[in-house]
Amino acid sequence: MAVVYEKTKLLTDKPLHYCPGCTHGIIHRLVAEAIDELGVQEKTIGIAPVGCAVFAYDYFNCDMMEAAHGRAPAVATGCKRVNPDNVVFTYQGDGDLASIGAAEITHAATRGENITVIFVNNAIYGMTGGQMAPTTLPGQVTTTSPYGRDPKLCGYPIRISEMLATLDGPAYISRVSVHDVKHIMDAKKSIKKAFETQIAGKGFSLVEVLSACPTNWGMTPQEALKWLEANMIPQYPLGVKKEVE
Amino acid sequence: MGEKMLMKGNEAIAEAAIQAGCRFFFGYPITPQNQIPEYMSKRLPKVEGGCFLQAESEVAAINMVYGAAGAGARVMTSSSSPGISLKQEGISYIVGAELPCVIVNMVRGGPGLGSIQPAQSDYYQSTRGGGHGDYRMLVLAPSSVQEAVELTQEAFDLADKYRNPVLVMGDGLIGQMMEPVEMPEHKERTDLPPKTWAATGWKPGCGRDRAVINSLYIDPAVLEKHVNHLYEKYAVMEQTECRWQEEMTEDADFVIVAYGTTARIARSAMRKLRAEGIKAGLIRPITLWPFPAAPIAKAAEHAKAFLTVEMSMGQMVDDVKLAVNGAKPVHFFGRTGGIVPTVREIITEVEKLAKEGK
Amino acid sequence: MAKLTIDRETCKGCGLCADVCPKHLLALSKEINTKGYHPIGITDQESCIGCAFCARMCPDAVIKVEK
Repeated sequence: MAVVYEKTKLLTDKPLHYCPGCTHGIIHRLVAEAIDELGVQEKTIGIAPVGCAVFAYDYFNCDMMEAAHGRAPAVATGCKRVNPDNVVFTYQGDGDLASIGAAEITHAATRGENITVIFVNNAIYGMTGGQMAPTTLPGQVTTTSPYGRDPKLCGYPIRISEMLATLDGPAYISRVSVHDVKHIMDAKKSIKKAFETQIAGKGFSLVEVLSACPTNWGMTPQEALKWLEANMIPQYPLGVKKEVE
Repeated sequence: MGEKMLMKGNEAIAEAAIQAGCRFFFGYPITPQNQIPEYMSKRLPKVEGGCFLQAESEVAAINMVYGAAGAGARVMTSSSSPGISLKQEGISYIVGAELPCVIVNMVRGGPGLGSIQPAQSDYYQSTRGGGHGDYRMLVLAPSSVQEAVELTQEAFDLADKYRNPVLVMGDGLIGQMMEPVEMPEHKERTDLPPKTWAATGWKPGCGRDRAVINSLYIDPAVLEKHVNHLYEKYAVMEQTECRWQEEMTEDADFVIVAYGTTARIARSAMRKLRAEGIKAGLIRPITLWPFPAAPIAKAAEHAKAFLTVEMSMGQMVDDVKLAVNGAKPVHFFGRTGGIVPTVREIITEVEKLAKEGK
Repeated sequence: MAKLTIDRETCKGCGLCADVCPKHLLALSKEINTKGYHPIGITDQESCIGCAFCARMCPDAVIKVEK
């Protein structure tokens, strides 16, 4: 019997603390598999965010650093500048990256910092109990938009991938989803491409991964993935937004 | 090395850092320390392995310091009061993660946007946290460009020795004035522990544990243990790293306590007072933390009174009072807003004390 | 002929694997694991084609697929 699929060695043995059906688990797997398949475990340093993935340093089987909320791109910059041969990635949620960390991600991108950013967009603040995020959809109910997000009061959601793609610094930006197996396979290809971009020294790479938050959306895992497909993809179109050869 | 050069304080500090092996600098422009990032931007790219980056903010800069320190490098940032306020979160994280780094604060008038002139109103911020949580930082306060150079070099060794940030506190005067400097040749210390904890890339069997640079300890019992461990380091610092300078305190009736730029002015005042027949002395803390309580307590045995002079509304005076512990009166004189006290003003204050018999 | 090995103690019973199995061979067990979740189980190992869709969907990497 040959192994068709098993858990990668780039994930530790520690059971994930995420909610049942949370797509963080899928995305962790894809990132870990990419690092494993590219053979760069011993060069890799990951930067964990503040958010549900705050304990990511317990799950990725490589050197890790915990960053303050939003600051991961700056921490990654300091780390990568010390040893440019390291493969440095950040793993950030939508509050971490698009709210408090908006300056740090913009400038890491425009500097063309040779790091890889995995941006997990689930349109809500998960860890703190379901508040509105910069990526929350108009009309979406959260604990701080109880009447549904009103663009007149709190503006429109932010499309990070398109925004960063307008800059000259980035070498690869794409948006993917993980709501079904086909999209998971595409997401993996994109994540691997992002790491390859870094390894080839081409510059800044970011993969925005549309994700579900069943708990704070108030849905079952199945309903959440369907909601993602029906509502998030129209707001956040999938595809490669920038690619430098 | 060995020759005297006329150097501006900010530039001398930057050069001293490079001599001490600092190869990474992340900073942001703010008056009155701009010459530090500017000097670093010119010098570091010419040094092997050197990297200068102007960050998008002081917040980003301190987090770049965290990342570089976590990767095992000698790294520095500099700023001035409002920028140091921005860095407080990052400093707390650097302490919690036990990372070494050097932070330079060229203090300016505050609060808020304040003024760009010299001040000493960040004493509380530097010695009473500034950032959140239980922690301490070595705070070094030079009073000349030469001393700033020596303390900056030592700061890197102290940071590595204790795995804790070290703050070098100057002010606009020390940063901007030009004085003769003999740049000491930095002797690389062989007694510092190797940075086997740094995140440099790992795989199973490579000879060390997987590095996790982190300050999150969600289990309270574990966090308590961690903080106690930090405080064991601080206890050693209190025992071994306290520094100060005393002049004419053995028979002093009135002891002036001042640091940094203010100490130089106080020294001139003290000498003039002595010439007038008033027995004045000076205690100049060089480490603001750990604070030199012992020499102050000793002076309190024979002195009549203390005068603390600061460029603030009175922050260090609290520590002087604690050290004196009620034995003798502790008075305060200060100017704030960026105003520098004059020799005459300090003399007048001590003369008043002498006259009133306090 | 394919074989699934399921880590029942780590499974959180989210059921996403069951949704993607093209042969509908996966179902939540009646029993619970030590964490209180109903872990996934395969109802008919013989019919498994080893496509590994279930393993690729699983957020907790509890499924190993061999063929």
